[in-house]
Amino acid sequence: MNVRLYVWQRGTAALMAPLVLIHIAVIFYATRQGLSAADILSRTRGSVVWAAYYGLFVAAVSIHAAIGVRNILSEWSPVHDRSAGRVALAFGLILAAAGLRAIYGLVFA
Amino acid sequence: MLDYPRKQAESGKDRMNETNSQISVSLWRGAEDGRYETYTVPKRESQTVLDVVTFVQRHIDTTLSYRFACRVGVCGSCAMTVNGKPRWTCRTHVSKVADSGHLEIGPLENLPIIKDLATDMEPFFEKWQQADGVFAPTKTRRDAIEQIRPDSMARKAVDAVIECINCGVCYSACDTVRWNEDYLGPAALTRAWTLVNDERDGGNKARLQAIAGSGGCHTCHSHQTCQELCPQTLNPTAAIAGLKRRTAAAYLKGEL
Amino acid sequence: MNMGLAGRRGSALWIAAMIHRLSGLALAIFLPFHFLALSLAIREATFDSFLRWTDQPWVKVSESGLVFLLTVHLLGGLRVLVIENLDWRDGQKQLATIAAAVSAVVAFIFLVRVF
Repeated sequence: MNVRLYVWQRGTAALMAPLVLIHIAVIFYATRQGLSAADILSRTRGSVVWAAYYGLFVAAVSIHAAIGVRNILSEWSPVHDRSAGRVALAFGLILAAAGLRAIYGLVFA
Repeated sequence: MLDYPRKQAESGKDRMNETNSQISVSLWRGAEDGRYETYTVPKRESQTVLDVVTFVQRHIDTTLSYRFACRVGVCGSCAMTVNGKPRWTCRTHVSKVADSGHLEIGPLENLPIIKDLATDMEPFFEKWQQADGVFAPTKTRRDAIEQIRPDSMARKAVDAVIECINCGVCYSACDTVRWNEDYLGPAALTRAWTLVNDERDGGNKARLQAIAGSGGCHTCHSHQTCQELCPQTLNPTAAIAGLKRRTAAAYLKGEL
Repeated sequence: MNMGLAGRRGSALWIAAMIHRLSGLALAIFLPFHFLALSLAIREATFDSFLRWTDQPWVKVSESGLVFLLTVHLLGGLRVLVIENLDWRDGQKQLATIAAAVSAVVAFIFLVRVF
């Protein structure tokens, strides 16, 4: 961990605090009755707001989780620093790709 | 052996305690590949862990190696791991830590063991140097003396943590030191913080570089074990948090 | 590897830090599956059958667990941000315990509502 990674990790953490609160509220609202695909998609399809909100969330969490994973690998496994950084980067990119694909499916498909 | 004054036995239970006045203590013997050996030591009123170790060395096994100096809680030399926690043994009453009459005493963790209860403090002090906890003067004797107000924010920050005597308890307690051998540790970083806030010091550019890289202040996860266990009641977590803020600001301004 | 358990097991602040790290790790492992599941939304029919799959009781219990992990990680993270950026304050042990309790309550409310 160095100053650059620290700023990105704490920064995305602070950014995500309100995003997570909204997400928890969304989870509670969405699960109040039996969910159907039509119920959800009617709200998300074509919505720029949802795309922007979740796009930001996916970007932030990909960075945040990747740095967190890097720290855990570095401290708790034989994989250290440089290699941990590469594994974490790969993980972050996978998350981002999967997340953006999910947003595509919910908003633009 | 000194005769300690004894309280009048008030009940049958007390009488039993007097005859049963011994404790068993396990001490680490050897180096990294050593093991615990158990001794039986007389229980005494107001006994400290250092008293116990000293008793073993003087009356049971003179080959036991351990460190102490002042034995009154000002030098920090007697720090050891007592029932899993690093503490000053001269300031630890046996009655407070001997759960069910047993004590386990080992050398400070996170440091190489020389022998028995004595560790090699060199890595600790090397990291002290690496964190650039060294005063960089900016004036000569011909200049006017710098006026430092004791109630200024910077000086208060320094005063809060200046009494570190390098005992190594925080370093030994820190999980992150255990998990990351590059981590400079709470003591070294706290000393750097006192200099970052010292208005007379001119070395902050280099110092912030020294503590902003891998193993620097950002490695700290704010577990606060250092703060919980520091015998001087200092707060390295807060000092390190200050360093995190300073380096982050410097980084965002492009100074790092 | 010595995980530093000896002598520190009881410390509320240490437990808080461990829960924070482990919840983060659990969420990091969960997220790819979460995103893959949501990607099923590309076809409404597949998404619908997935949603019906989530009606199973064990899934609802797991979701409740995830809500707990997310809430506890959020509150733990806020605690770290406060420690590192605001003036030091005492009473953190109580705060840490309250944070865990609040997370459990939130997760429990979720569980009750989905059943």
